[in-house]
Amino acid sequence: MRRFISMLVACLSCHAWAAGSDYHLAPLAIAQGVYAFVGEQADFDPSNGGNIVNTGFIVGAEGVIVIDTGPSRRYGEQMRAAIARITPKPIALVINTHHHPDHFLGNQAFDDTRIGALAGTRKGIAAEGDAFAENLFRLTGDWMSGTELRVPDQILEAGPLKAGGRSLILLALEGHTDADLAVFDADSATLFTGDLVFNLRAPTTPNAHLAHWKDTLRALDTFMTTQRVRVLVPGHGPIARNATPIAWTRDWLTWLDTHLREAAADGLDMNETLARPLPEAYRNIPVSGAEYRRSVGHLFPAAEAGSLQPNP
Amino acid sequence: MIKLTGALACTLLLASIAPLPAPAAERPADPLASPRWGDMEKGILSGAPYVFDARVKVEAPATAENPLNVPVTIDATGLSDVKEILVFADFNPILEILRFYPDATPAYLGFRVKLQQSTPVRAAVRTGDGVWHVGGTLVTTVGGGCTAPSMGSTSSEWQKRLNEVTTRTWNEGPMSGRLRMRIIHPMDTGLIAGIPPFHIESVVLSDEAGRPLARLEVSQPVSENPVFTLNRGSAAGALQAQGRDNNGNTFNVRIPQ
Repeated sequence: MRRFISMLVACLSCHAWAAGSDYHLAPLAIAQGVYAFVGEQADFDPSNGGNIVNTGFIVGAEGVIVIDTGPSRRYGEQMRAAIARITPKPIALVINTHHHPDHFLGNQAFDDTRIGALAGTRKGIAAEGDAFAENLFRLTGDWMSGTELRVPDQILEAGPLKAGGRSLILLALEGHTDADLAVFDADSATLFTGDLVFNLRAPTTPNAHLAHWKDTLRALDTFMTTQRVRVLVPGHGPIARNATPIAWTRDWLTWLDTHLREAAADGLDMNETLARPLPEAYRNIPVSGAEYRRSVGHLFPAAEAGSLQPNP
Repeated sequence: MIKLTGALACTLLLASIAPLPAPAAERPADPLASPRWGDMEKGILSGAPYVFDARVKVEAPATAENPLNVPVTIDATGLSDVKEILVFADFNPILEILRFYPDATPAYLGFRVKLQQSTPVRAAVRTGDGVWHVGGTLVTTVGGGCTAPSMGSTSSEWQKRLNEVTTRTWNEGPMSGRLRMRIIHPMDTGLIAGIPPFHIESVVLSDEAGRPLARLEVSQPVSENPVFTLNRGSAAGALQAQGRDNNGNTFNVRIPQ
């Protein structure tokens, strides 16, 4: 029996080792010369190694533009290898859409390339990147080994940008964080929204400003129409060929905002607000319960402060 | 199955009998099995008689996403003749969180706390007979994926608005009798080099005639810009809240009903 157990343990750890080394990244062709790696709709954990995010790349005439680099050095390296299996062209530019760890901790794999981000994103990565990496080590374990911070070295601004022989339009926005970049590839009419848009996966809010975020979603809706966007790549959740993920994200944020204000107006404290049930429609959405609880922590204090009145 | 039923009946039987304070020789086992309980017993309760008592309800999330802002609710309304509620965390560098004296209010209090690491959060409730009734819950402080700690007192808001008080009372419906009060204060612990302890020390809630209804002695671990949730009990009319921090800054506000 003891022998059987030790064999079982050996087998399990062997499996864990195997699982912890390969993200099995398979590029999905989503438009002419445009590819995405679609992550799981889950929380960071040792089984997924943090591959819960959508990243992508665009193959231009002269080089490749990489959009976000995933949660670890290993992810970045495997992403780069997967890109090399599609095209021999060099990497022309790497873009980090915002400063959350699943979007930039693979930067090390692109050490020989410029890494661009908005000024606010660069600042956020420099300030909080190490703490984020430490947290991912705790949550996912061995997948993170060798991961170190690489801060973007090129500041990107809103407007047209030529890279790798491809014409991009950069949208400098905010709301999910203080600096959120959306990347539009004009040739294929593909829009990478970063985490400004979640699709059928509960949005994360540690740095969110809900009113600004909703303004930004309106701007993205307009952009979808005026630029005739054909493919939308959200930061998390399935890729879409229409604007429904924008509406989905807006609906969640509107519900969350209203729900927290109502809870505060009803006199609930944070524990009671945490205990309030999610609406039927959101109960089966991946990680909705966990993200709701986190959002209460991030956003309820402000809703609560707004519900109280000054006294003479 | 028979065994299980027997065990259940036994548990129910025990629960129906009010617990008796243990003699010093055989202390009851800590239901939270904390290696620090022995120190808490000596240091925090000073060797006074105590019981672990399920009627002292301490509610906090099992996992704290933001360790700087962990909500805690203490409900000891199942006990009578409550004199004092002492809230503490076994593994915090500053053990004591606050003391609450519900002189004329129900023994109910909500607030938020800063936790340094995973720890039991406990309330010891002293009744008129001098016995401490202890309840508690475990809080794990591993952050979530995208969770960043708040920037805390790096904001300069408090300098302009120190001790500014906002409140609201609920006089009907399920929350009837509830009072919520927020005080702008950085609540610095003194554990960060170069920032001395700076925190609210006392809050007294009185009725219009000046009779104290509830008193709080507040320590550093209470979160920045504290929000307290209380029940005013049978006190009618406007209320008065007075407070003071450890630097002698005070507040005094009238809370209309």
